[in-house]
Amino acid sequence: MNLTGAYTLFYKEILRFGKVLLQTLIAPVITSLLYLLVFGHVLTGRVEVFPGVSYIAFLVPGLVMMSVIQNAFANSSSSLIQSKVTGNILFILLTPLSHMEFFLAFIAAAAVRGLIVGLGVYLVAIFFVAVPVQHLGYILLFALLGSAVLGTLGVIAGIWAEKFDQLAGFQNFIILPLSFLSGVFYSIHSLPLFWQRLSHFNPFFYMIDGFRYGFFGVSDVSPLLSLAVVALFFMTLSGLTLLMLKTGYKLRD
Amino acid sequence: MSAISITGLHKHYPRVHALKGIDLVIPRGEFFGLLGPNGAGKSTLINIIAGLTRFDSGSVSVLGQDVVRQYQRTRRFVGMVPQELTFDPFFNVREVLRIQSGYFGLGRENDAWIEELMGALMLHDKAGANMRALSGGMKRRVMVAQALVHKPEVVVLDEPTAGVDVELRKSLWAFIQRLHREGHTIVLTTHYLEEAEALCDRIAILNHGAIVALDSKQALLAQGVGRTLRACITTKEPLTTLPAALSPKLKRQEGNRIELQLDKHTDSIVTVLDDLRAHGAVIEDLRTEAADLEDVFVELTRKKQP
Repeated sequence: MNLTGAYTLFYKEILRFGKVLLQTLIAPVITSLLYLLVFGHVLTGRVEVFPGVSYIAFLVPGLVMMSVIQNAFANSSSSLIQSKVTGNILFILLTPLSHMEFFLAFIAAAAVRGLIVGLGVYLVAIFFVAVPVQHLGYILLFALLGSAVLGTLGVIAGIWAEKFDQLAGFQNFIILPLSFLSGVFYSIHSLPLFWQRLSHFNPFFYMIDGFRYGFFGVSDVSPLLSLAVVALFFMTLSGLTLLMLKTGYKLRD
Repeated sequence: MSAISITGLHKHYPRVHALKGIDLVIPRGEFFGLLGPNGAGKSTLINIIAGLTRFDSGSVSVLGQDVVRQYQRTRRFVGMVPQELTFDPFFNVREVLRIQSGYFGLGRENDAWIEELMGALMLHDKAGANMRALSGGMKRRVMVAQALVHKPEVVVLDEPTAGVDVELRKSLWAFIQRLHREGHTIVLTTHYLEEAEALCDRIAILNHGAIVALDSKQALLAQGVGRTLRACITTKEPLTTLPAALSPKLKRQEGNRIELQLDKHTDSIVTVLDDLRAHGAVIEDLRTEAADLEDVFVELTRKKQP
């Protein structure tokens, strides 16, 4: 395995988002903070959440996870589409990097950005509201898996999209609805039965529910079920991505 | 062992049969030119060698290793300078070269070579400059450095001097010739026929996805069209008609200037001038030139359409 090569690609991706910190790290933290302040203020007392958990505290893990997944997706997808549109992706394609090394480097960099933004949102949020931590292991596990899943989806979208417009479509019609309808702002038990059942088909729901379990020790479904669903989703997406990379789909004509 | 060996290579795009059974062997240490008009399949062929493009059938190997099955090895053997001017706008020159070196598994031990490359390509002054801030010529030099950062034995250059000024073209030529002297196998595609003529040992002419000529530069010049002589004649008044004997030899006519393609062995320039005078032409100027690769190229790509 070309470890130095994979590490270099990972490092290059980190360096890339590090050069535009304002856009890649600071802006998402501020956006999440605004969500917290506005939704926390407007919806406190109006939305039924877990017993003994204030709405604003309930909201924090949801917003942290949403930041993690959206930024992980943004990192790999935007890097790939930019490289494809400008053509500089060929400097990677000309190298001996294997499809697995390519995959791991992009996912790891996406996860790092997602986790840094998530940590930033958490650190800012706890200035405003006390959020308990019941199971740190679950928090870390779901954050890691969630960022890896979205990093993988970002690679798929980045490879599939041929222009920024298509990537925006992927983001706005798939990622955004799935993350908003995953229980970031509410417990699915507060939904009508039909929507509750439909939510169970949304893999993002399990990421957020399992992540939130780590904070409150309470969740809509068993955290082990969530873990199993998210892990299976990750493996399926990884398999698909590796196949795309191996066959050179939309990368090597 | 040859540097590049290609057998029965076919490549189809949805509406185009881009490569129609290419067979080609390039020995180690050769300076090889690949010529052809736009759409002939030159870039497709070298992209396949570099692993950027897949193919339908046939086999391609670099230094004895298959470019599909042993791609990780062959990509270490090949350094490619792409045709399009492309760069990563996030990084400066030194970062770009260190990153490219890292992809090949090389760490800081390769820094000395990177510095040497920057020196040879006159990039030292711009080492800390962002790629966006560089001129087109400088960007082209960085692309050459990127292709060489892992010290590849085979260097593939896809129209490296397209759109660059004369000075840079000459300095790039000198640099490529130095690489060749140092033992690298060079594969060059170019539109500039004088470039191929000046640099290459052997030349393949590709047209409509097939090799229509493959020989040494001297042999190509000597064969067929290479025997021709170009005569450019300026007359006092534009000629409305030509003597019947000269009509088949007319290559171009612009105003009072005609260009004839003559056979060195059978045509006499004196007879041509006599014919023109007998036809009423007053000759003001005459210039003759030996055939160059352009004649060969034009002749072969015009006649041998498979």
